[in-house]
Amino acid sequence: MDIVLDGVSKIVNGEKHINNITLKIESDTTNVVLGHTLAGKTSLLRLMAGLDRPTTGQIVMEGKDVTGLSVRKRSVAMVYQQFVNYPSMSVYNNIASPLKMSGLSASDIDQKVRKVAAMLHIDNLLDRLPAELSGGQQQRTAIARALVKDSELLLLDEPLVNLDYKLREELQVELQDIFKERNAIVVYTTTEPSEALMLGGNIVVLDEGRVLQTGATPYVYHHPATTRVAQVFSDPPINYLPGVVHGRVARLGQGIDIPMEGHLESVPDGKYIFGVRPNHLFLTNGSGNKAEIRTKVALAEINGSETFIHVSHGDTHLVVQEDGIHPRHIGSDLAVYVNPCNFFVYNETGHLLASPFQCE
Amino acid sequence: MKKGRKKLIGLAIYFFLLLLPIYWMLNMSLRTNADILSVLTLYPANPTFENYLKIFTDSSWYSGYINSIIYVTINTLISLMVALPAAYAFSRYHFVGDKQVFFWLLTNRMAPAAVFLLPFFQLYSTIGLLDTHIAVALAHCLFNVPLAVWILEGFMSGIPREIDETAFIDGYSLPRFFITIFIPLIRAGVGVTAFFCFMFSWVELLFARTLTVTNAKPIAAVMTRTISATGLDWGLMAAAGMLTLVPGALVIWFVRNHLAKGFALGRV
Repeated sequence: MDIVLDGVSKIVNGEKHINNITLKIESDTTNVVLGHTLAGKTSLLRLMAGLDRPTTGQIVMEGKDVTGLSVRKRSVAMVYQQFVNYPSMSVYNNIASPLKMSGLSASDIDQKVRKVAAMLHIDNLLDRLPAELSGGQQQRTAIARALVKDSELLLLDEPLVNLDYKLREELQVELQDIFKERNAIVVYTTTEPSEALMLGGNIVVLDEGRVLQTGATPYVYHHPATTRVAQVFSDPPINYLPGVVHGRVARLGQGIDIPMEGHLESVPDGKYIFGVRPNHLFLTNGSGNKAEIRTKVALAEINGSETFIHVSHGDTHLVVQEDGIHPRHIGSDLAVYVNPCNFFVYNETGHLLASPFQCE
Repeated sequence: MKKGRKKLIGLAIYFFLLLLPIYWMLNMSLRTNADILSVLTLYPANPTFENYLKIFTDSSWYSGYINSIIYVTINTLISLMVALPAAYAFSRYHFVGDKQVFFWLLTNRMAPAAVFLLPFFQLYSTIGLLDTHIAVALAHCLFNVPLAVWILEGFMSGIPREIDETAFIDGYSLPRFFITIFIPLIRAGVGVTAFFCFMFSWVELLFARTLTVTNAKPIAAVMTRTISATGLDWGLMAAAGMLTLVPGALVIWFVRNHLAKGFALGRV
């Protein structure tokens, strides 16, 4: 089964939550919808589920127009960002509830519930009420309820965002395997680029209700088509330096000269925006082929095992992501190094001209 | 420790003041009229159950209680059955004029009951509803349904909409979801609403007395019979009053846990 959104818009109180989206999602694929908060991720899922009706446009499933079809008549399952369970039912009955509605026999229901509960490691909690569970267990219950019925469309709206770090990592790994085994369209929304990369599959980059780019997740990560996509698909945000290319040398920011070699070779003379991810900025020159950027430290954020150093280079704000702990004094001078082969090049309208490949 | 004791004494005095009239009524109900009118005593010297016995044996007395209980129960049931779907609609759907209609419902409670008395009497006597239990029950709905909608809407809006949606995704129909999932979630609200409907209907006198003659005469109206040419039958009236307290006390006892939660959560 595939699902096609054809020119779908959703307008609520004059505000465009979804702005003319046309999208085709193939059967048996894992799809990640990546976008910042308020990008329209939840709205998009609600339209796909049939909980909301699009203001304009059509939604077609397997060649059949399902635009106005009630959610009850669709083969869909959904997991919300908040932990949504039926508070008055035990975990067992929560998971069994969609099966009971479909009229399966009690022994079939029991078998399926126990199987999916074991898969999500909540088989020892089946007699409890949701209120007696931890947040992670509650969300596992919600996921189990979504998985237990073999729906053709499985929607997960930032399911792990309200969980603590450790639980999130654990579930991320487990969910990947679960998605692989299923014969269904999985649509998973997230704000985190790392989560999107981990899940792989296809990606839909969403921003202000529009689709910016679609494609295989790793491909889009390596070839973000516009500066906006690169911003959404980078955490901490990607760094941009304005630059001018003239005579096979690019002059970036305040007097940083880099040779136009390798993937940059085909870029003609002109004004460009050079992008580099925070993890490709270094504090040491290493092999010595890197360009130096003189900066002043604005803030050093030590985040356990890594440090985010926010620096300013003239008017430009940059973020350096470095492993290990690197305390720096605010206001001190800092030399930051960048390898030219790590640069994305965008033209002045923000479209990708060159993206880095295989950098040593 | 000292502060705790002070508090305890203060509360004890408050409790005593509150209970004094009720105790006095109990005191009177256990004495004969001659005894009541002769001396002031703090407790009945020769307690007698004569007054209670009369109420339990005289059908004109005990039928008053039965009538009251019948129409109060009918009213509570009708109010809940009407208000539950209405409150759900107000809580979950947006439609033209929803806020206005919601407010209009409440304005029904703002007018004094006497205003509605004449139209009710006229209407009921025309269609032959006068002196039936359902007549009083329906009349009390005028006040109880808006209150019930108002209270229940508050409780329902406290339940996240995602639960409804999850149920529809799971394949529940609206009525089935409503009965098997939604109502258990707002149990406390239903309890509190039932309590308020019961209480209003139980203490209401004007409609209940005017719309009934003999067959559905409520206890509050029967009590006025104690006034006769020979004066007031104090003991009998006190006993009837004591018994009138019992159903209310029982209902409060049953919903006492929900009530505290209801006051905290809803818009009681």
